[in-house]
Amino acid sequence: MKVALAERLLAAREAGRRACLLRFLKTGEEALVIEGELVVGPDLPDGVLDAIERAHRRDRSTTIETAAGPVFLQVFNPPLRLIVVGAVHIAQALVPMAALTGYAVTVIDPRRGFATAERFPNVSLLDAWPDEAMESLAPDLRTAVVTLTHDPKLDDPALDVALRSEAFYIGALGSKRTHAARLERLRALGHAPEALARIHGPAGLDIGAESPAEIAVSVLAQMTQVLRKEG
Amino acid sequence: MSEAERLLQEALAWKREGRKVAIATVVTTWGSSPRPVGSMLVVDDRGRMAGSVSGGCIEGAVVKEAQAVMEGAPPRLLDFGVTNEQAWEVGLACGGKVQVWVEALS
Repeated sequence: MKVALAERLLAAREAGRRACLLRFLKTGEEALVIEGELVVGPDLPDGVLDAIERAHRRDRSTTIETAAGPVFLQVFNPPLRLIVVGAVHIAQALVPMAALTGYAVTVIDPRRGFATAERFPNVSLLDAWPDEAMESLAPDLRTAVVTLTHDPKLDDPALDVALRSEAFYIGALGSKRTHAARLERLRALGHAPEALARIHGPAGLDIGAESPAEIAVSVLAQMTQVLRKEG
Repeated sequence: MSEAERLLQEALAWKREGRKVAIATVVTTWGSSPRPVGSMLVVDDRGRMAGSVSGGCIEGAVVKEAQAVMEGAPPRLLDFGVTNEQAWEVGLACGGKVQVWVEALS
């Protein structure tokens, strides 16, 4: 690998861009694609740019067969993001677990005394209203959104924005009955049934979780499942 | 910053110190290999290492190839797996198979 290529790749990542490093395993040639555009290297065989796009979406490096022999695609994506609405007890468990798993976490809660640095050290905290906060965070394909407040005034506006985004995971805490009522309200806001089906509610895999930490495990496990198996 | 980005940064820092540096990257896996595709090990000519391409079972063999590559050998693709005698020797005990691309940072 050329030093200049590695430097260019890291500079692209620092600027928040997606990069893919290619190795032609037959010839030893290399190439760099940034945001879908070839910036260094030989012309790419047919189908390679599409394969790069898929690899970015799945966040998975892979070796593909091409007319030029096997080509290794090494994906460098922006970090995953998790937006948590509700600086509640479960969030205190979920936030550090998600950070360990590689998520850059933001906690939204406009209520006084909830989203404080003492309760959530080393985390990005927003005390704006969830709709406003969510609009500013602009969830994308690499973002998970989890609402934890059980309060429609806080959860609904966040879910409304999440449903209009490409967020790969949307989870809402609350019982089945709470969730049914929530879907009814969101439907009234104009969301179609197939859009509403994106919400995992009640959030989390059914592992019999009881404590806040166990519930955090079940939610994080479900996020991982959606990211790795359905992406 | 992802692990791979940190390792590339480290490799560049070693290079700036005047070391010879090689990079090994997992490019394919089959079965229960311990580290996913894209995992990296960086090595310098004083034997300094960062990262990993396995649970530790093939690192020794990879480092040996890395030394040759940083001395000017072309990049090469290494195969490890239970069907491969060399891999048996280096002990890929998990029963998986991996291919590792070894190249110099130059």
